[in-house]
Amino acid sequence: MPMLKIDGIEIEVDQGTTVLQAAEQAGIEIPRFCYHERLSIAGNCRMCLVEVSPGPPKPAASCALPAADGMEVKTNTEKVKKFREGVMEFLLINHPLDCPICDQGGECDLQDQSMAYGIGDNRYNEKRRIVKEKKMGPLIRTIMTRCIHCTRCVRFADEVAGVPSLGAIGRGENTQITTYQEQAFQSEMSGNVVDLCPVGALTSKPYTFKARPWELKNTETIDVHDALGSNIRVDSRGRAIMRALPRVNEDVNEEWISDKTRHAVDGLGKNRLDRPYVKKNGKLQEVSWSEAFNLISKKIAGLNGNQIAGLVGDLCDAESMYAFKQMMNSLGAKIECRQDGSKIETEYRSGYLFNSGVAGIDDADAVLLVGSNPRHESPVLNARLRQRWLTRECKFANIGPEVDLSYKIEQLGDSAGILQDILDGKNNFADVLDKAKKPMIILGQGALNRMDSHGILKLVYDIVDKYSLVKDDWNGFNVLQTAASRVAALDMELVRDGGVDAIISGAEGGDIKVVYNLGADEIDSKRLKKAFVIYQGSHGDEGVRNADVILPGTAYTEKSGTYLNTEGRVQRTQQAIFGPGEAREDWTIFRALSEVIGNTLSFDDIVQLRAALIEDYPHFAILDRKPIAEWANTGTMAPLLNVGFTMAISDFYATNPIARASETMKECRNAMSNPNHAEGATGTNG
Amino acid sequence: MSIAVKDSEEFVFSPENLAWTEGQLKKYPKNRQMSCVMPFLQRAQEQNHGWVSIPIMEYIADFLDMPYIRVHEVASFYSMYNLKPVGKHVIEVCTTTPCWLRGSDDVVRACKDELGIGFGETTNDGEYTLLEVECAGACVNAPVIAYKEQYYEDLDDVSTRKFIKDLKAGVSPKPGPQNGRFKSCPMGGPTSLKDMVPNDATFGGDK
Repeated sequence: MPMLKIDGIEIEVDQGTTVLQAAEQAGIEIPRFCYHERLSIAGNCRMCLVEVSPGPPKPAASCALPAADGMEVKTNTEKVKKFREGVMEFLLINHPLDCPICDQGGECDLQDQSMAYGIGDNRYNEKRRIVKEKKMGPLIRTIMTRCIHCTRCVRFADEVAGVPSLGAIGRGENTQITTYQEQAFQSEMSGNVVDLCPVGALTSKPYTFKARPWELKNTETIDVHDALGSNIRVDSRGRAIMRALPRVNEDVNEEWISDKTRHAVDGLGKNRLDRPYVKKNGKLQEVSWSEAFNLISKKIAGLNGNQIAGLVGDLCDAESMYAFKQMMNSLGAKIECRQDGSKIETEYRSGYLFNSGVAGIDDADAVLLVGSNPRHESPVLNARLRQRWLTRECKFANIGPEVDLSYKIEQLGDSAGILQDILDGKNNFADVLDKAKKPMIILGQGALNRMDSHGILKLVYDIVDKYSLVKDDWNGFNVLQTAASRVAALDMELVRDGGVDAIISGAEGGDIKVVYNLGADEIDSKRLKKAFVIYQGSHGDEGVRNADVILPGTAYTEKSGTYLNTEGRVQRTQQAIFGPGEAREDWTIFRALSEVIGNTLSFDDIVQLRAALIEDYPHFAILDRKPIAEWANTGTMAPLLNVGFTMAISDFYATNPIARASETMKECRNAMSNPNHAEGATGTNG
Repeated sequence: MSIAVKDSEEFVFSPENLAWTEGQLKKYPKNRQMSCVMPFLQRAQEQNHGWVSIPIMEYIADFLDMPYIRVHEVASFYSMYNLKPVGKHVIEVCTTTPCWLRGSDDVVRACKDELGIGFGETTNDGEYTLLEVECAGACVNAPVIAYKEQYYEDLDDVSTRKFIKDLKAGVSPKPGPQNGRFKSCPMGGPTSLKDMVPNDATFGGDK
């Protein structure tokens, strides 16, 4: 391991570490623009120049220079100061001085570093270049005159997103960054280039001129748009969420988030339910909370538990569901959480978790997808799979329809019967699974919401056992959930016999008189018409149609709630803003309603609620750890159907009420289906 | 920089070129076929009357299994790929320092006068395109014009005008120095080390 000296500090680093990384380890900051620890090394901004001896007497780019034994690096000499001033001056030749009207202002690497390392002056008096705006789709605003050609965005598109449509065309002073033929950047993670851009060349289009970073309140919270539970920071001003940004969590989302996570936040301000409604004479009318509660109490009175059914949606937090469960239990009624028709059971935790862990993907050497399109179900997790694929150390195969995952994957076919072949050793991939040290099977919801899902599950369980996918320190059985609420709901056993279909047919047949719907919007609510439907949630979406009572709840940015991601990792959101109008946190609504019904819940505040929750489910107390669930092979074989898999998500940009309310998501959908006409010209954006 | 004309016509390599590609592909290891992008673009440009259109780039990208933008990057980086249609006769004038010192300004002026167009332009009849190029690597014979893979060297105002008039008259001008010099040998014989000149040296001309 090389031992080198940086500014007099001796440090030993791993073989292959660059001088810049070594300096970082020694606690010395070297300025940089193009270097990014999660991207390949380009070495083209030259900001990281240092003095190195032994070697030629010229500045060396520390980001691209491997640390070697006996090297002596200086970063604090007068010479280095001059190097940096020189590079800075060159970078600023063509960079416009428009910080006052630049959205990056206040959080700009170039701004900060020119303050720290620049000379504060410019000796250049020649012509400056102007570069036309490039169209990149509805999320990325471009002011390309500001671009310093670090190529971070190009490398991100190539390496992380796997959608190589960005590039640098031309050369020298005429270099321009663009998408191919100025088409929209067709990635579900395209928004990340805005974070990567060290200057204001790529900024967020929906956020254009909306706010300055110093006037925003930052709240560290968790994303609920998919079941990955990406760590995010939401920035709010007053009662509005202005934007969502990723936070680093190496075990979950690294530092990426999907476009839905980032840009569906405008849906939080639209179509909101802001006061209670009751249907009178076929029309919804605003009422007081007590009137709505009294009506519910009257309707419930005298019914037995089987005549009441509860439904929970995809975005619910554990506290709400727990309070809901307590209230429904007091009525003898049961709740169903699998609104997509998933056949998953709650008996063993390992049966519905992503047991290998998201970080476990980095160690996997064989991955079999069954009925899953991770690119839509969890784009950030898909990027991690892609990173693994790039190493060429891991074999990938897919059972299900052919999908573009942004990497090439062996297509085994679109039939559940292939699982039987693998189990019987008749498929080539059986051999791969057998030889692999850390194999993974990833089951998507597309494999779990079929009539024959019990059979599929049993087959997969048997495959897991036969090819020993579960070992001492490894569990290769994974379910990729799509709903943020699902794992917590399954932990609380919010399942009814027959699932959501039984509720719908029960409502149609008159057996179920009251349906209490907590934010379930992915069902056909018309079919609940005959029952008395109470909808409690944040958005006026599918669920409120045919609802007889509407109770306004808060969204994930407006409450502190616990969510379990697909790994079973417990994470907590923080309240960033207050809900609109009379919207209340869901658990408080249950608490208030339970009093009217006559079975007052036992907790009065969130602390007591959490204490009760943790008493019943102790694992909810352990925050941000990947749990290890005990493996069990259960279930019985059922005959397989001879039909192909249908993916759980058909439209990535409209998977939940918040995304459906978002204008930005609508624009994304249009841009993705028609890349050449990515934007409607407004006449002012030229 | 961006491609001005969107050619709707499809492009495919001619059968001869297609046969030629096979040999090119063999030069590189498996999965490194992208290395062929430059010769392929060059061939396609020749086949497509001297310029590279969007269908060409997409065809080559598909051919070599690489993203469209990567081909576009290469095609736009090198100045010898023309991204706009060019005339039948492409005249490339070098204006880099040695040529400029030796009078490329006169050559440029003569070209512009005779053709009535500026750099990067094509005459209305679609016959001539005038391009300014960086160092042609023939500084010993500066100033230089490159035309149809030949160099026309040691030019001045008069010889440049004659060169263009010859083209217009359909006469192929003789490549090489236009001032009677043989290759890059000294005009009129050696000027130094005269003692060491072999007796049978011709310097390209008469003894």
